[in-house]
Amino acid sequence: MLVVVCIKQVPDTTQVQIDPVTNTLVREGIPFIANPYDTHAMEEALRLKDEFGLKVVAISMGPPNAEATLRKTLALGADRAILLSDRVFGGADTLATSNVLSAAINKLHAEEEVALVLCGKQTIDGDTAQVGPGIATRNGYSQLTLVDRVDNLDLSGKRVRVRRKLEGRHEIVESPLPAMLTVVRELNRPRYPSVPLRLASLEREVTVWDNSVLKLDVNSIGLKGSPTWVSRIFSPQREKGEIVGDGAQDPKGTARLLLEKLRSKDLLPV
Amino acid sequence: MAPNITIFAPLLAASLLLFAWNCYRRFSLVAVGQAEDRFQRPATRLWEMFRFAFGQKRVLSRPFGVVHACIFWSFLALVLANGEFLVAGLVPSLNLGLLPAFAHHLLMLVFDLVSLLALTAVLVAAGRRLFCPPAYLDSSYAKARSPEAFMILSCIAVLMLAYFGLHGALIELGQEPAGWMPISARAGKLLGPLSPQGFAALASFFWWLHAVVLLAFLNYLPLKKHMHIITAIPNCFFKSLEKPNTQPREEFKVGNSFGVGSVDQFTWKDLLDGFCCTECGRCQSVCPATATGKPLNPRQVVHDMKANLVNGTMDGKLFKSAQPLIGSQGEGSVAEDAIWSCTTCGACMAACPVFIEQMPKIVKMRRNLVEMQTRFPEELLNLFENIEGRSNPWGIAPTERTKWYSTMDVKPFEAGKTEYLLYVGCAGSFDSRQKHVTVALATILDAAGVSWGILGKEELCCGDSLRRLGNEYAFDKLAKENVQLFKGKGITKVITQCPHCFSTLQNDYRQYGLELEVLHHSQMINLLIADGRLQLNSQVKHLGNIVFHDSCYLGRHNDVYEAPRQAIEAATGSAPAEMERNRENSFCCGAGGGRMWMEEQLGSRINLNRIEEALTAKPDTICVSCPYCLTMFDDGLKDLQSGKDLPSGRTQVKDIAEVVAEGLRPSV
Repeated sequence: MLVVVCIKQVPDTTQVQIDPVTNTLVREGIPFIANPYDTHAMEEALRLKDEFGLKVVAISMGPPNAEATLRKTLALGADRAILLSDRVFGGADTLATSNVLSAAINKLHAEEEVALVLCGKQTIDGDTAQVGPGIATRNGYSQLTLVDRVDNLDLSGKRVRVRRKLEGRHEIVESPLPAMLTVVRELNRPRYPSVPLRLASLEREVTVWDNSVLKLDVNSIGLKGSPTWVSRIFSPQREKGEIVGDGAQDPKGTARLLLEKLRSKDLLPV
Repeated sequence: MAPNITIFAPLLAASLLLFAWNCYRRFSLVAVGQAEDRFQRPATRLWEMFRFAFGQKRVLSRPFGVVHACIFWSFLALVLANGEFLVAGLVPSLNLGLLPAFAHHLLMLVFDLVSLLALTAVLVAAGRRLFCPPAYLDSSYAKARSPEAFMILSCIAVLMLAYFGLHGALIELGQEPAGWMPISARAGKLLGPLSPQGFAALASFFWWLHAVVLLAFLNYLPLKKHMHIITAIPNCFFKSLEKPNTQPREEFKVGNSFGVGSVDQFTWKDLLDGFCCTECGRCQSVCPATATGKPLNPRQVVHDMKANLVNGTMDGKLFKSAQPLIGSQGEGSVAEDAIWSCTTCGACMAACPVFIEQMPKIVKMRRNLVEMQTRFPEELLNLFENIEGRSNPWGIAPTERTKWYSTMDVKPFEAGKTEYLLYVGCAGSFDSRQKHVTVALATILDAAGVSWGILGKEELCCGDSLRRLGNEYAFDKLAKENVQLFKGKGITKVITQCPHCFSTLQNDYRQYGLELEVLHHSQMINLLIADGRLQLNSQVKHLGNIVFHDSCYLGRHNDVYEAPRQAIEAATGSAPAEMERNRENSFCCGAGGGRMWMEEQLGSRINLNRIEEALTAKPDTICVSCPYCLTMFDDGLKDLQSGKDLPSGRTQVKDIAEVVAEGLRPSV
């Protein structure tokens, strides 16, 4: 049985700047990383592999350089890594993206039964949190979002029980397999790859599937299959802060000034 | 005097055979270790061996070492006497009497006197262990008043007494000249008056006492700590001629194993170290981890390595460990907490009289934990990912490397145009306190008209913490990128403000074929003063009484002790005050070896131990030369001084660059 992990290679957003003229991300010289939430999905898949012997398949839709991120999943212990890459996939919004990922998962399912699909709760570049649910909907999987604990996986009874982290409360949910889980950071601590696995991963293959493999209608994928249009991207301007008092000379007075300031802005109870 | 050869010859043969067999067993265990070249530069090695083994240089660095030196030098002389004793026991006509009479008599005088010296020394040593043993003689596996120690001292004493008894009796029998053996002559007087038969019987008794104790002692040597008699001298020959904090590279090839996870993965020299330890406890007495109650004791690490080796068995040529090397299985295993407690300050190695390399063994075991088992304190996961992903320990965006100089005109390094690269370093670029030091240093360089530039956003972490923490794979990648960057830009002269960058660029990168002229900023400042390019007015008085703290990576690991002191003196007009533990005896701030990035949850805090020492000099300013030390002292002083109303005001921490920059201001 398979557990499929969807990984996205994203720009390291702490370093991203927005071009004020074109309203697009300045991508030159910006390093790419695996979407941080996805690394927790990967860790959970590896944990399930360790516990239940599931096979872990990492998939990613992206340009050819996304191979680097997939290779890291091999170093961590993924059994297989598949890059979904084709010019016709480019410019996709969340709908078109989930179409491609769903098709790839269906294709994997045809080879070997898929028990679980794991995604990060959202990406740090798009922040929509729509692709995971999109996959679940398209493939008719149970949809379990914001998972912070996998309580039980019953492969013979085909059920999974998880805890969802919601605002102010937790929810324990059980559902049939196959299921799609989106995960939050609290779920686990991603492991660090051992050197032998890292070295071996350098010699392993990252499979590439293009649309000649997936055979999707070009009107449902890429730019053509994307109903979303971005009209403008901008970074919100942050007002310059002010220095209150002199903490080195007069720590007590400065602390008092700070408290007054916070109270005057209604940020602290009076 | 001729013993009964029919008894003595088989006894001697059996003793020598047993001795040889036990030595063979020990050394075949050493041979289990991995290959390592410790034969290069043999002339240097011989000279070092002469200085440190025969000259007892390090032994004598502590006052009580003189007692050991007396025993050792006496031993050297008495090797000849005892050699003659054994040979003449077999063939009585083969003795030193064959030498010209004067030489023979002179030797007898020497033997007589050094025997007294040795006897006195072992009595003093026994007295020390009995009445005033220093705490560092005690460890979990051996105590100052251990039966073994007294047994060894007693053996030596009995040998000396038997020597005097034998020769005293022979003198009384008129067989040896009293005039050349004053001590033995006196002993002879004490034995008598007796009949000639009585003296002959006594001579025979002492002869046999001497023979039996000598052969028993000989066979005791290979079994326990006294084996250092055989191994310590060659160990000084095989000492590391490299910088001890520079670990050997690893070859990253599929199928290789990394670091040391079982005792046979150590090199033969590592294993030989185990048989050299005399349990003197000096390493233990200087280790910051031991001093603050952490589970690490460098002496224990060496002991456990040896115990693991000795407890193992040989299956043909294959070695089989009886227990895991890393773990909490007690004697013979090194606990993970101990391995992670090391600051790699190198104090243990600097203290060891026989050049045991404790710290590199710890780093080798760290490598195994990180690279093979991915077992390390959880704080390090972020560190590793931050350095691998963003090339700095905090994971701050590399684009922010240039933010320290918002108000200064700083130029990028240009090949052919710029003379010096100022390698700002991660702390100098990102740490809010250290950024002030960077600005101070830049101001100094500008004031002296130095041609300097920076790498800016292209600068990478040097990888020091990665390497000391055992993440050699990540270090290797980073080192290769840095070497390519430096070579590509034609950089040959580098200024650093961090002793860790300094040591890594200068020593570690040499293994990657990069030869740089690296100057710590204290050295650069002195160079500029000497050239007359930097004029300091010696008028910096408002920093008050300054005490200087030596950084391990500048001082002990790279022998730079005077440059920072001279820089302070040039700025203030007076030499800084010294702490009790200074220069090569300096005590770590607690942040080296990657400890900067780990929580200090075990024992008390190393930085507080050091700051309390610094405060005894009643300083207004503690002066440091390293960003890690700066952080550790700043944090520690906050802990110690918070909420207190100090009559003499608060002590502050400054880097030497800040002190010197103060000296650039026009005098008032």
